Amino acid sequence: MTHLHDARPAAATAPLSKTQIAARVAADIAPGSYVNLGIGLPTLVADHLAPGSGVTLHTENGMLGMGPAPDPDDVDPDLVNAGKIPVTELPGASYFHQADSFAMMRGGHIDVCVLGAFQVSATGDLANWSTGEPGAVPAVGGAMDLAVGARRTVVTMTLLTKDGSPKLVERCTLPLTGVGCVSRVYTDLAVLDVGPDGARVVETFGTTHDELETLLGLTLGRTS
Amino acid sequence: MSRTVLARDPLDAIGDVADGATVMIGGFGPAGQPVDLVEALLEQGATGLVVVSNNAGNGEDPLARLIRDGRVARMVCSFPRQVDSWHFDAAYRSGAVELELVPQGNLAERIRAAGAGIGAFYTPTGYGTPLAEGKEHRRIDGVDHVLEYPIHADLALVRADRADGAGNLVYRKTARNFGPVMAAAARRTVAQVREVVPTGALDPEAVVTPGIYVDAVVEVAAPLPARTTEARA
Repeated sequence: MTHLHDARPAAATAPLSKTQIAARVAADIAPGSYVNLGIGLPTLVADHLAPGSGVTLHTENGMLGMGPAPDPDDVDPDLVNAGKIPVTELPGASYFHQADSFAMMRGGHIDVCVLGAFQVSATGDLANWSTGEPGAVPAVGGAMDLAVGARRTVVTMTLLTKDGSPKLVERCTLPLTGVGCVSRVYTDLAVLDVGPDGARVVETFGTTHDELETLLGLTLGRTS
Repeated sequence: MSRTVLARDPLDAIGDVADGATVMIGGFGPAGQPVDLVEALLEQGATGLVVVSNNAGNGEDPLARLIRDGRVARMVCSFPRQVDSWHFDAAYRSGAVELELVPQGNLAERIRAAGAGIGAFYTPTGYGTPLAEGKEHRRIDGVDHVLEYPIHADLALVRADRADGAGNLVYRKTARNFGPVMAAAARRTVAQVREVVPTGALDPEAVVTPGIYVDAVVEVAAPLPARTTEARA
């Protein structure tokens, strides 16, 4: 079967590495966007934004214009990202308090939010804050605010858990972070759109539409 | 109280704190944490406290030791679980401390609402999740919202970079975080600052927290380390 994307180098013929997933996400971010990157795999996206793309990074602990990690000698304890990791400020950066930072998010001023996930449902529900383990100390941070706040929320994750269970599911079994908030999922095996009409394959990497349906146990739409 | 008082030391600054008081503590992890004021609270002795703070202590920092010593009855926070939050973990598992887990943006907005005199507000954050169970909800413009109430406090402890004699505050980088909203939400607000400058020395255009929200200021030129392992003598 000839596929539109088969002509793309490497990407279409083998599963993507985490770095390649991050690069694939970055390729979809429009120049000039305001973007929030979640903790974990999403932070790698920053390394793949083209220089001069004019993308501004938001960190929900109160900053726009976040730059990369500092040299070890230049660490400033007052300048950290949402993961409490030292960062730097770029020219044009600004600082604001927590209520402003989340108002900016919730108010739809952030164009794209990239989050990690334990599970995403075909209709765009997100579960990424709790493994539901009994007795575990719960912690949510900004996950729920980020999920529903940005104009577009996308997820990066491996398509399967380490034990081979699908993370893209008909219905999330883990505690929800948000309902119907995710619009696109970037994984090692495929890029899929999710939403009210269910999941739809956008692009595959080293697999086929039919194999994905078998793997996930879902009926997947095709990109027209 | 009207005019801001310049306190001698952190203990003098926090003044009397009643048992059972609700205390807001600024900071996002170690950034912006008013470590010396919390150390003073530890020394002051109030117990049965309700603490509102984004996190629940790191390592042996003073908030962690307040929890360890059984002085905190309830934590209201968004992210209590950290690699070094062992005192909170132990207190939570033993049932010694109650936890109200609040999404970070809701925490900030509920604190802001208290300072702004808002009775309650609808927010989309948390709808359909376990954290909104039992809360009133309403569909507005096709989007489901949850009703959230303000969080008031008896005392707010915040950390800023500089204050002037009128109690105006400016912060430093991401250490600003919860300081401005907490300062407005408490009946009494105490700020720990690196430097107190003469009234008039801060650019009025650059003031972040106006002095009306600040009851006492204490200059701590060399603060305790944010992740202290032992109390400094």
